[in-house]
Amino acid sequence: MSAHASHGDHHGTQGHDDHGHGGGHGHHNAEYPFLAHHFETPAQQFDSAKLGMWLFLVTEVLFFGALFVGYAVLRSRFPDVFKYASAYLDTTMGAINTGVLILSSLTMAMGVYCAQTGRKTALIVCLWLTMAGAAGFMVIKYFEYTHKFHVHLVWGEGFYKPVTDDGGLQRAELSSTAVVPLTPAQTTMSSGAVSAQQAATPSFVQLPAGELTAIAPPAQGPAGMAPEVIDAKAAEHAADPSTHGHEALHLQDASMPPNTHLFFAIYYAMTGLHGIHVLIGMGVIGWLIVRASRGDFGPKYYTPVDLVGLYWHIVDLVWIFLFPLFYLID
Amino acid sequence: MGHAHSNSGPAGHAGHAVQPLVGHLVAPWILFATGTALIILTMVTVAMRYVDLGEANLFIALAIAGVKATLVSLFFMHLRWDRPFNQLMFLGGIVFVVLMMAFCLMDTGQYRGAQFTGNPVDVQAVLDRDAPNAPIAAKKSPDLP
Repeated sequence: MSAHASHGDHHGTQGHDDHGHGGGHGHHNAEYPFLAHHFETPAQQFDSAKLGMWLFLVTEVLFFGALFVGYAVLRSRFPDVFKYASAYLDTTMGAINTGVLILSSLTMAMGVYCAQTGRKTALIVCLWLTMAGAAGFMVIKYFEYTHKFHVHLVWGEGFYKPVTDDGGLQRAELSSTAVVPLTPAQTTMSSGAVSAQQAATPSFVQLPAGELTAIAPPAQGPAGMAPEVIDAKAAEHAADPSTHGHEALHLQDASMPPNTHLFFAIYYAMTGLHGIHVLIGMGVIGWLIVRASRGDFGPKYYTPVDLVGLYWHIVDLVWIFLFPLFYLID
Repeated sequence: MGHAHSNSGPAGHAGHAVQPLVGHLVAPWILFATGTALIILTMVTVAMRYVDLGEANLFIALAIAGVKATLVSLFFMHLRWDRPFNQLMFLGGIVFVVLMMAFCLMDTGQYRGAQFTGNPVDVQAVLDRDAPNAPIAAKKSPDLP
């Protein structure tokens, strides 16, 4: 199409006339102030933006898809682990979070409708409701995560560390700092509580007074852990009846299949990545609230609301799969 | 300045609301119906947990999730009225994930059984000596002496 034909064509399909183009090809279009100078029509700009957004969403699908493949491989290799460990997740919280995300998706879709029809106040209300849903989701997620951290339902080595009732992670980590290479002289010490503690505690390890006695004996001695240290801890543990309240109940469960930590590794990887997406969603929804309050959106221009909406729905969509795959196994 | 769009107030009922300049307007009743269907399907999938159908449970749960995902993308994401190329791209992305998963699982199916079950040998030696009553200490490998 030749250059001078373009003006007449501009908005023909949209049923608009060309009054706004008096100023020629300047950066600012009087009729469509939002129209970037490198686009011919609002429709072209909108379609380009949507194409870009859908491309991004495809990369998101592939991004999460790789993790879903990882999930499938692990689950097919360790079906017992998934059946067993799923019981440690709180189905009620997961179901509530599913509902919260669905409702926030609904308010987001309604927000797009309000923007399309020029309802500014309703749009802002919808965006705030969506924001509230996202925040509610993260609060519930926070409670789920912190509880699991406290009882060592985590990925990797931490899963097999003992926990006491009040010390949580810090106490257990302290115990690992007390594990030090022994000198030959120390290996001959007896297993009495006091002498063993001295044996296992070289002078360069600073232990807070009373802290070591609160450490429960490890249920599993990690490879390389000096047996004498386990002796010492066992003796201290036996001497102190106040330390018998374990929280890491999975370590005491004889029916726990080997490699159960793998379930929690993939659980945190997938829900964590999803949670990051929720946080980013809160950021862009906040940006929309600012722009909506400024009156940027209406029937002529609502592209950012539409695109953030698409993003938010895909976050919902991922959770729709995560929920049954993690929370609803038997 | 120059923004003319917010003077067009709410116009009548949903079906005859102000039309946007671009894109497709989806009536609120469709959105609410979709949301309701999604909540109901969530309840169904939670309820299915208490029905033991063995292996079928996983596939029923995935089928329900698939229906929910279809509803979200068709109506919440306006994909039903979007350009065919956008529909094709999204579907293509999903197809490639499924393809990758299928091939990986074919491979997984050919793994040999685990040679070493239970605790590593050195860990087991420590456990036998120092914590014979701990449940995890009982996980000896049947394959090994």
